[in-house]
Amino acid sequence: MVTNRTAAVMLRQFYLTRGSFSRVLPLFLWTAIDIVLWGFITKYLTTISTGAPFVPMLLGAVLLWDFFARVMYGVTTGFFEDVWSRNFLNIFATPITISEYVSGLVLWSIGTSIIGLVAMVVLASTLFGLSFLVYGLTIVPFLLVLFLFGIALGIFASAVVLRLGPAAEWFIWPIPAVISPFVGVFYPLSMLPWWMQYLSHLLPPSYVFEGMRAIVSGGAASWMTLLWSGCLAVIYILLASWFFTRIYRYAVRTGLIARYSAESVS
Amino acid sequence: MERSPATTKGTSPVAEEPELTIVSTTLSVREVRKVYGKTVAVDGISFDVNHNEIVGLLGPNGAGKTTTINMILSVLEPDSGTIQIEGIDIATHRSQALERTNFAAVYAPLPGNLTVAQNLRVFGLLYGVKDLSKRIQVLLKSLALESFQNVKCGVLSSGEQTRVSLAKALLNQPNLLLLDEPTASLDPATARDIRTKIRELAADGETGVLWTSHNMVEVEEVCHRVLFLSRGKILLEGDPKMLPREHGKKTLEELFITVAREPLSLEMG
Repeated sequence: MVTNRTAAVMLRQFYLTRGSFSRVLPLFLWTAIDIVLWGFITKYLTTISTGAPFVPMLLGAVLLWDFFARVMYGVTTGFFEDVWSRNFLNIFATPITISEYVSGLVLWSIGTSIIGLVAMVVLASTLFGLSFLVYGLTIVPFLLVLFLFGIALGIFASAVVLRLGPAAEWFIWPIPAVISPFVGVFYPLSMLPWWMQYLSHLLPPSYVFEGMRAIVSGGAASWMTLLWSGCLAVIYILLASWFFTRIYRYAVRTGLIARYSAESVS
Repeated sequence: MERSPATTKGTSPVAEEPELTIVSTTLSVREVRKVYGKTVAVDGISFDVNHNEIVGLLGPNGAGKTTTINMILSVLEPDSGTIQIEGIDIATHRSQALERTNFAAVYAPLPGNLTVAQNLRVFGLLYGVKDLSKRIQVLLKSLALESFQNVKCGVLSSGEQTRVSLAKALLNQPNLLLLDEPTASLDPATARDIRTKIRELAADGETGVLWTSHNMVEVEEVCHRVLFLSRGKILLEGDPKMLPREHGKKTLEELFITVAREPLSLEMG
């Protein structure tokens, strides 16, 4: 249920975005640059190889991975707005609950990530001929799993910054890059050493990219496997929410919320 | 929901104020204690704020005033003790208690990247204010902020920002209003206007006010009762006009200095 207080969190983000060129542009600029860069790489690879489906395999993977990153940043950037404007005391002294606050960030992220996705799809299809029809109906669970895992990581990352202070945001921006080798965005998981493969099986996006490659290679993605990855992503959301709540309670117990900008981390 | 019967009797009013008929408590703080490591910030304090009453929370820097206010606002958890707002325990029913509360503090300006009207709309929704647009217009007019409503808070002068914070604090017509040095950055004329407004608010409505200030003349003018806090304990409590004489001091400021420098002499006395 969207309460007035959840709507207030979204309205604040809307006001900030509406009036700010520097907030609107990143919604699609970096992902667009990625699409253009990888579009030309796939185009080149197609010319020097013998008919390998690089566009749906590599460009499709880049698009899906950027979508995941966009979802995660959607949540964390919303949270960072309160960090940057030193607004914690004002926000958390209102009747808002933690679930309402986090829900507001998540709902806002849905909006911004859809804008980014539309921009990427238009660019990839018009310039490089990528069609989502290649993936069939499985594109729906693909996007859903990546969306859910992006939300989970966004909530987790926000909790980390709440605990460690404003400077810890620099731990957050590289998270997608750190995860990407483990989830096999550009290569099959079988390429990884055994210990990395173990970690891969704990990460929901691994199943999405394995499924995507299976489809492009003429096979089919396993719906049971996708269902499992969806369940895994939901579990991560629950764990991240639990983690955020624990960090918030710690912050209230120790006075961290009230003195947040002082970075008085013990 | 835990609600306690509201039965606290009032204290004597200050001069120039109408006789108070205080019949209930808006804030009840009981045996509240907060320790940071080995530092006791607040040491088992108890006090009430009644409806229509302005209570001054005084003390030197580090006395525990802001820690106390943060605990009442539920952004800091006491180690022990209870806090009730309108009889509602903030530890168990935080949202319901905070719907009836608001605050303004110099160290908590509203986000500078939103306009005055946008900030008031966002916080109005957070506090569940009914007929929000009308309420915002009333406050903008009342605090002479109409011409700034579409201006970003970050470019306002400190005095204008203080008035915006006060507008936010009054949005939900709170039963309990916490003001941490509300006139610190205001010119004398604006400060007097604000004091008048707060006194009218306390006199006309249901609001009880907890007010911190280092301006003893202001405290004497505004507060019905004061609490002197030192090293986390309430040392003195009473009418700001009577209290200095009761302790052999000429002015409230002299008494304040004694509390700050020689709290033990008052404790023993």
